[in-house]
Amino acid sequence: MTAATPKRMHLAAHFPGVNNTTVWSDPRSRSQIEFSSFEHLARTAERGLFDFFFLAEGLRLREHKGLIHDLDVVGRPESLTVLSALAAVTDRIGLAATVNTTFNEPYELARRFATLDHLSAGRAAWNAVTSSDAFTGENFRRGGYLDRSERYTRAAEFVATARELWDSWTPEGAPRPVAHRGRHFTVEGEFTVPRSPQGHPVVIQAGDSAEGRDFAASAADIVFTRHGTLEAGRAFYADVKGRLAAHGREPDELKVMPGVTFVLGDTDAEAEERAIAVRRRQVSPQNAIAALEQVWGRDLSGYDPDGPLPASDPDPGAELVRGRVRQGDPLAVAARWRALSREKGLSIRQTVIEATGRQSFIGSPATVAAQLTEYVAAGAADGFILVPHLTPGGLDDFVDRVVPLLQERGVFRRAYTGSTLRSHLGLAEPVWKG
Amino acid sequence: MPALRPLHLAAEIGGPPRYDAAHHTGLARLAEGGALDFVTLGDSFARPGPDALAVLARVAPATRRVGLVPTVTTTHTEPFHVSSAVATLDWVSRGRAGWQVGVSTTEAEARLFGRRPAAPAPDLWHEAGECADVSARLWDSWEDDAEIRSTATGRFIDRDKLHHVDFEGSAFSVRGPAIVPRPPQGHPVVVIDGTAGPARDAAAHHADVVLVRAPTPERTAAVRDDVRLRAAAHGRDPDTLRVLAALTVDLGDAETAFEPGLATGPPPADRGTYFRGGPVDLADLITEWHRAGAVDGFHLTPITPARDLERIVNGTVALLQHRSLFRTFYPGGTLREHLGLARPANRYARAGERV
Repeated sequence: MTAATPKRMHLAAHFPGVNNTTVWSDPRSRSQIEFSSFEHLARTAERGLFDFFFLAEGLRLREHKGLIHDLDVVGRPESLTVLSALAAVTDRIGLAATVNTTFNEPYELARRFATLDHLSAGRAAWNAVTSSDAFTGENFRRGGYLDRSERYTRAAEFVATARELWDSWTPEGAPRPVAHRGRHFTVEGEFTVPRSPQGHPVVIQAGDSAEGRDFAASAADIVFTRHGTLEAGRAFYADVKGRLAAHGREPDELKVMPGVTFVLGDTDAEAEERAIAVRRRQVSPQNAIAALEQVWGRDLSGYDPDGPLPASDPDPGAELVRGRVRQGDPLAVAARWRALSREKGLSIRQTVIEATGRQSFIGSPATVAAQLTEYVAAGAADGFILVPHLTPGGLDDFVDRVVPLLQERGVFRRAYTGSTLRSHLGLAEPVWKG
Repeated sequence: MPALRPLHLAAEIGGPPRYDAAHHTGLARLAEGGALDFVTLGDSFARPGPDALAVLARVAPATRRVGLVPTVTTTHTEPFHVSSAVATLDWVSRGRAGWQVGVSTTEAEARLFGRRPAAPAPDLWHEAGECADVSARLWDSWEDDAEIRSTATGRFIDRDKLHHVDFEGSAFSVRGPAIVPRPPQGHPVVVIDGTAGPARDAAAHHADVVLVRAPTPERTAAVRDDVRLRAAAHGRDPDTLRVLAALTVDLGDAETAFEPGLATGPPPADRGTYFRGGPVDLADLITEWHRAGAVDGFHLTPITPARDLERIVNGTVALLQHRSLFRTFYPGGTLREHLGLARPANRYARAGERV
């Protein structure tokens, strides 16, 4: 009896984002804006035969204590335009843009994604996210018009409407009128773009609420999760895969891909040392105080980052940070941080380093390859969206040193076998519903 | 006789809808071979065709010098997104972006969005002007040196160099600042067809390049004078405007035509002044209008781009270069440099210095 064929994984690369995961203070760090940085990372990912390259979105600069947050990377170019340009300097890798369904309209966005799919010969993907806050709405025509409870009903109808438009041309190339009337959208007329190479660009979903998971199960091809640990990953994986049957879908039709970070070294010990150095750069003294203020809900600029945590309790009602999702119940977080500090004798900065954002995978290339393989084999993921901490060289080592080991293990492709993102992901072309 | 102003040339590369990148890249490279200032790509929700800004972003890494100017409508779109996309086109092209400001007037286009009914052109051009205005403010909302990467203080940006724009328009408001840092050109080039009344004032107020469709050099010069007067009334230096005569051209199959010239009959609805003749005839017409001082240059829309653009570049432009009327290479790297337009000062930085 031969061993079962090992389960293959999918890999994607996330351009470093505007939070403190991205280390800008490293001397090797380059522009977050120049096209050359995007080109380097996308081409590196393509050299590593990755499934896709992923861009996040920003619609309002984050604020802290009523001022623009200045400690992390700020600013980014607009995703779809960057990806259209990247289509010129790459051949096979998928190109995924995060675009909000709250502050866009289906006709225009469906057209932009269909155009990207044509221009890239079938490599477009859309991470359809939602938002409802009035803070972001201040940059848009309708302001904060959407009730929080309606975020996913609008997103689901948005994606469904986009698919009606993508399906509206006959396979022979003739436009046919669309007439969509729903709770959120009324769209009537002809689409300007023929059916694109993938039929429908790949749809990604990234929300973690029950509504978000149902939206993923009903409408998405990929779910981008934050569940980085093995146990949490398995629970999430089982939960979303379990929701598919209710929508008449097979488990393989939705790929679960957690966003993960990594640090490599020649040995596991060297990787651990590097991971600590990276964490110190991610949590500067100023960032440690800002993290503390986010939890405590008030100005703590008088505290010494190398001194003890505040003795007083957080203000649970304070809204110190705008433009970012709040993490957990402040009283519980503060209690956990205090306990950690007391137990290990840690300063404010050391506590924040210890309590937040440890890298998902740390070790030699062999160790990391083994861990990634184990996650997939254990049913915690179908693959990973790697989030490097350095722009633009943060993926170089992974591609040069880990990918070959994954290939040796038989868990990752040795060549692209198709030309579209759907073919990389093993997803069928959607049935045309004319 | 006053010295001739530098001649500027641009060409439209859109035609029957094409969705593949290679077609558009080939035409843009052809235009670049002729050292044209820029290519335009028209766009509308009302007829088949891809998103023009995305197409020219796809073209950007495959070209080096030619300016890239897609049409972007301001009617059913978000000003904040429009400004971000145009700024990003400037980043990916390293300073070669512009946009031709458009409006969507038809009921059919309004029904594709279902948000509001079609509106009269004057209202839409008023809104388009506001959209161009807020875009420029958003491009200025980051000062050029806002990114400081100060490890000593832990600060990535100097937030005093980022600015809320707090724009209140008739149909929308925008708080700002932009997400995209100030683009390489400061302000990507704004192109507006100022022929029709409702668009004329938006052009005089906000455009860097104004297109004019008129049948004679005299009529074109009159529009140019009018646009310059209005620009001055808006507090602008008229010499920061470039007025281009917009011609639709049919170069046929001969070097010179039997009866070359501008068509006398009614031109096709949105194509403006219609020229038919050979490449040499077109060079003669350009020379004549330019010597008369009627315009700063020409925007040519070939009736069949795949055929006529090659004839424009290798026939007409080559002859104009031979006559020393047009550049033979690009001395600069950005579209503003091709057009002889300075990189604009940042309004917020200047305000800061005055205090």
